[in-house]
Amino acid sequence: MSIFAIPSSEVLIQGILSGILMGFVYALIAAGLSLIFGLMEIVNFAHGEFLMLSMYTTFWAYALFALDPLLSAPLSAGVLFLLGWLTYRGIIRRILGGPMLAQIFATFGLGIFLRAAAQFLWTPDFRQVTKAWVQGPVRILGVSVGLPQAVASVACLVAFGILYWFITRTETGVALEATAQDRQAAALMGINTERMFALGWGIGAACVGIAGAFLANFFYVFPHVGSLFALIAYVTVALGGFGSIPGSLVAGVIIGVIEVLGGLLIAPAFKYVAVFVLYLVVVLVRPQGLFGKF
Amino acid sequence: MATVDEPRAESREPRRGEASSHIPMATGGVAAPPPARTGWGPILLATLLVAALAFPWVFRLPYHRDLVIRVFLYAMLAQAWNILAGYCGQISLGHAVFFGTGAYTSAVLQTTWGWNPWLGLLAGVPVAVAISQVIGYPCFRLRGHYFAIATIAIGEIVQTLAINWEFIGGARGLTLPFQKDSLPAFQFHTSKYPYYYVALVLLVLCLLVSWRIERTRLGYYFRAIREDPEAAQSVGIPVTRYKLIAMAISAAFVSAGGSFYAQYVLYLDPDSVLPLSLSILICLLAVVGGVGTLWGPLVGAALLIPLSEFTRIQFGGTGRAVDLLIYGGLLTSVAVFQPAGLVGLLRR
Repeated sequence: MSIFAIPSSEVLIQGILSGILMGFVYALIAAGLSLIFGLMEIVNFAHGEFLMLSMYTTFWAYALFALDPLLSAPLSAGVLFLLGWLTYRGIIRRILGGPMLAQIFATFGLGIFLRAAAQFLWTPDFRQVTKAWVQGPVRILGVSVGLPQAVASVACLVAFGILYWFITRTETGVALEATAQDRQAAALMGINTERMFALGWGIGAACVGIAGAFLANFFYVFPHVGSLFALIAYVTVALGGFGSIPGSLVAGVIIGVIEVLGGLLIAPAFKYVAVFVLYLVVVLVRPQGLFGKF
Repeated sequence: MATVDEPRAESREPRRGEASSHIPMATGGVAAPPPARTGWGPILLATLLVAALAFPWVFRLPYHRDLVIRVFLYAMLAQAWNILAGYCGQISLGHAVFFGTGAYTSAVLQTTWGWNPWLGLLAGVPVAVAISQVIGYPCFRLRGHYFAIATIAIGEIVQTLAINWEFIGGARGLTLPFQKDSLPAFQFHTSKYPYYYVALVLLVLCLLVSWRIERTRLGYYFRAIREDPEAAQSVGIPVTRYKLIAMAISAAFVSAGGSFYAQYVLYLDPDSVLPLSLSILICLLAVVGGVGTLWGPLVGAALLIPLSEFTRIQFGGTGRAVDLLIYGGLLTSVAVFQPAGLVGLLRR
């Protein structure tokens, strides 16, 4: 274990670049979480399990129908949209006005259930998309990074852009934003807030649907895969400010870089410690996050 | 602070004759809130206690004894969590930190400096309380979800540190020396009865402390803080100080439970005493049983621990996580349909 061994500048640049690339993926996962929180102040503690299910969707599309992850991304997004919608209709709608404890443990229980269900149905085995279209390294700005990572990163950034455009520029998006700002006022303006909430959950889940599909290209798929990404997503959302979509982009990149630097400068085992310490420092010093509104 | 109650867990060596000293205490105090008014409460309590004391002499299989020991241990942990989360409203998802502190403190003191395990258990309590204050002081400024996520983050940090800290065994963990059965050595391999009674005493002690808290100013302050921290502050309750007190009491019991676990299993590693899944199991039992109630955590543990054991036997070794499937489904159902927990159902 090397404490504060200074890596060469080439390694450092390569690390930072791959951190930024991963940061875009984190940003999209966090954006889904942030969107849901912004709408109804509920943290989806099953977010990691949603991601896990999207990775399994992608894996099975590949294993059963030989569908490459690049092609199955829309399928995964659709499946997750449905899952998010159903979660709202079946569970969240009933606890909207409930005590915070119920709000936390309803989605927490759902997460445990989904993870156990995945293990029950598909065993704890690690699975992998073996012959993906995009493989191997690619050189960007003179340093080499994995092509699947680069593709995932660009795809997530594009999806993020579409999400941002949808929320700020379309009528439905503005209605979502209005519902987030003031439920009652939005309802008085003729917005069906119930539909907006369900839509928010659908879109929030579809975000991890996209991210999960591209992650499956280079990450093992197993029932517990979501836990780590979910923890990082909470940190990202808290850093960016709960409810702020642009905040999660900036925070995602910061966390992607910190994770790599923590691994390079301290020790690989401590890379997530660096991320979690960052969370604690941020919420304690600036509880509203970098771009939080309150 | 309330940790002064702790030494009693050790000084009182449980024996059969203990029954006579327990029952008057249980019947004398007006028992659980609602049933007590019917007059059945004290009788029910006394019956439960006698049943608990007699259990190992009726069901003589070591397997049953082990199962009930674990029910007691987890019920105690869930009740300790309940003091902080249920009464005071601070939802901690990192209580494994205190469990691990208790387990590691007693184990390291024993293996490195040859401390007596009972002293190790006692020493773990102030260490855990100190850690709880260090965590609580900054984190109690956070509300709701932020606090819950912060405790997850702290739990993950502590587990990673433990895995990489060679002095306490790192990822390999610690094995406690196997000794001849004796009370001072905290090892009772041939009969296991004493383990049972130690666990029972810890549970009864935790329930008594909770029962006292419910009925004293401390409990009213806790509930006021849970319902509305600002209102509590405005009527002059020092909110942070009382949150810290709740955290200290909670951590003290969880730490004692951790030390007991280490002495009972004689092996510990970061994966068994510090995982997030343990923190979650602790809350799960309390939430399913009935959060913020005296009997909820015990009901939750008495139901779910054997259930998990049963599914493990039924689907043994398949690694299919059937118990978690049920736990997760139950947790969501309780949160959605019966936020007061199963105890709330009984009260209807």
